[in-house]
Amino acid sequence: MTAVLAVLEQRDGAVRKTAHEVVTGARRVANDLGGGATVDALLLAAGPVRGAEDLGRFGADKVITLTNAAFGSYAPEASAAAITDRATSGGYPVVLFAASATGKDLAPRVAARLGVALAQDVTDVTVEGGAVTAIRPVYAGKALLKVKFLGRPALLSLRPNVFTPVERPKAGTPVTAAVAGGPGRVVVTSVKAAEAGALDVAEASIVVSGGRGLKEPANFRVLEDLARAFGGRAAVGASRAVVDAGWRAHADQVGQTGKTVSPTLYVAVGISGAIQHLAGMRTSKVIVAINRDKDAPIFKVADYGIVGDLFEVVPRLTEEIKKLHG
Amino acid sequence: MPAVLRNSRFEDPVKIAVCIKRVPDTETRVKIAPDGKLLDEAGVKFILNPYDEFAVEEALRRREHGGAGEVVVIALGAPAAQETIRTALAMGADRGVLLQVDRVPADGLEVAKALAAELKDGGFDLILFGKMAIDDYNHQVGPMTAELLGLPCVTAVAHLEIEGGKGVAEREIEGGVEVVDFPLPAVLTTDKGLNEPRYPALKGIMAAKKKPLDVKPTTLRAGGLEILALLPPPERKEGKIVGEGVAAVPELIRLLREEAKVL
Repeated sequence: MTAVLAVLEQRDGAVRKTAHEVVTGARRVANDLGGGATVDALLLAAGPVRGAEDLGRFGADKVITLTNAAFGSYAPEASAAAITDRATSGGYPVVLFAASATGKDLAPRVAARLGVALAQDVTDVTVEGGAVTAIRPVYAGKALLKVKFLGRPALLSLRPNVFTPVERPKAGTPVTAAVAGGPGRVVVTSVKAAEAGALDVAEASIVVSGGRGLKEPANFRVLEDLARAFGGRAAVGASRAVVDAGWRAHADQVGQTGKTVSPTLYVAVGISGAIQHLAGMRTSKVIVAINRDKDAPIFKVADYGIVGDLFEVVPRLTEEIKKLHG
Repeated sequence: MPAVLRNSRFEDPVKIAVCIKRVPDTETRVKIAPDGKLLDEAGVKFILNPYDEFAVEEALRRREHGGAGEVVVIALGAPAAQETIRTALAMGADRGVLLQVDRVPADGLEVAKALAAELKDGGFDLILFGKMAIDDYNHQVGPMTAELLGLPCVTAVAHLEIEGGKGVAEREIEGGVEVVDFPLPAVLTTDKGLNEPRYPALKGIMAAKKKPLDVKPTTLRAGGLEILALLPPPERKEGKIVGEGVAAVPELIRLLREEAKVL
């Protein structure tokens, strides 16, 4: 029977949030393929993975965990080899990854080993007349490219936060197998973790970003207060201007030379809305802009705008959000 | 590891290849060509892909640090990509190669195959790419080329140290930074933060005109992707200015709850 392969990520032995989205995407493709196509979820880990038992709920019929000591941290070469083997032996027509830092690194390696094409950072995937088609943003999000896969398997990575997880009351069948082999030549020796508890802008469902309008680095406190008011779901982002000025870390930069985000709610504060910035956030579901300049380009993409002094508006907004969550 | 790549020791002069791309300027207004599949290039200004600038800069710094060596820039693209190569030569690269095609295909693997064929007998210690091109956002040609050459690869490198034939790179991941060890020769793709690319000086621009640029007509296969359409992004529905100043906050909250349903 036909199956779609969903390559999932774990870190420190726990399934990453993007895994639910990739399984959801795979379920959709399997349904589109028809003929009772199923979803195989694939995890590479050093041992049992927390959250693997939940993947059935998001659409995985089988949850395959391949174990090797090297998979305790990201091992690009060993991972690419294991996934390539599985993709080949399973005869999958479609293999999906997350377009995360890891997925974007891993998918091209697998594509080259399989000798097939790859579409990265896909925002939509469909099956039309048996052929897999994908849509992905190009030219800084100013256009969408629709491509059709001519060969098999079709490899795609899915943009985070776009494929909203859909649950169903089912469980997946767990399968575990050890795989042989060393870690490879490229070895992750450590991960310097960001501040404890800080969400990454690329993964947060709410992003509050600040630009030059904040006037000085210390003033980002007002955005941090707002983010906190959302109760652990929000991250603080930054425009290129303030990152280049050294006010915020590059890891927080949203835009063309930073991260692409697609949260449920994006709040742009004191950001004019240069094209480089829009490239990184225009697929957000709802955009709110707060800016003193009523002609700022950010208002052209914002669903809701408030013209005014951010130092008055944002604290008030924080108060109101606290009331909601109070 | 292919025998053709010499076992690198950085006591030797370094030989570095940088693969670059000619792309439309970020500020370009995207107009779709009448065929509905490609960018209408009329009036479009082209630049060296910004991520590739980090790669060129890193190569130049490595050569300058070593006191000797060679930096070769390689582009796959249309004849006009010669200008892009000249830009990298003006920054300080030693020579250029253009793998000349009519059009860069949608399938990055075909590009990687052509680059790998050009690179494989070059004896490079280091092969650098930008982490992605700002036109097609393909995000794949560097690591694919590494796989085809059988070389180790680290992508999106934001910090790099190389000593004695070994490298340590740092790359941003969600919620942290990975520290990665790798041996040379290797393929790396560069991210913002790695360095501050220099601007070509007038002297460099003059010198670049005399530097060798080898144009090699190249034929690519169609590859595994067919472009069906280049589409305008979905119109965001007309936004509204909720109001001015703090007085507008309660209404914004109401709209986010009742209309957008995100709170």
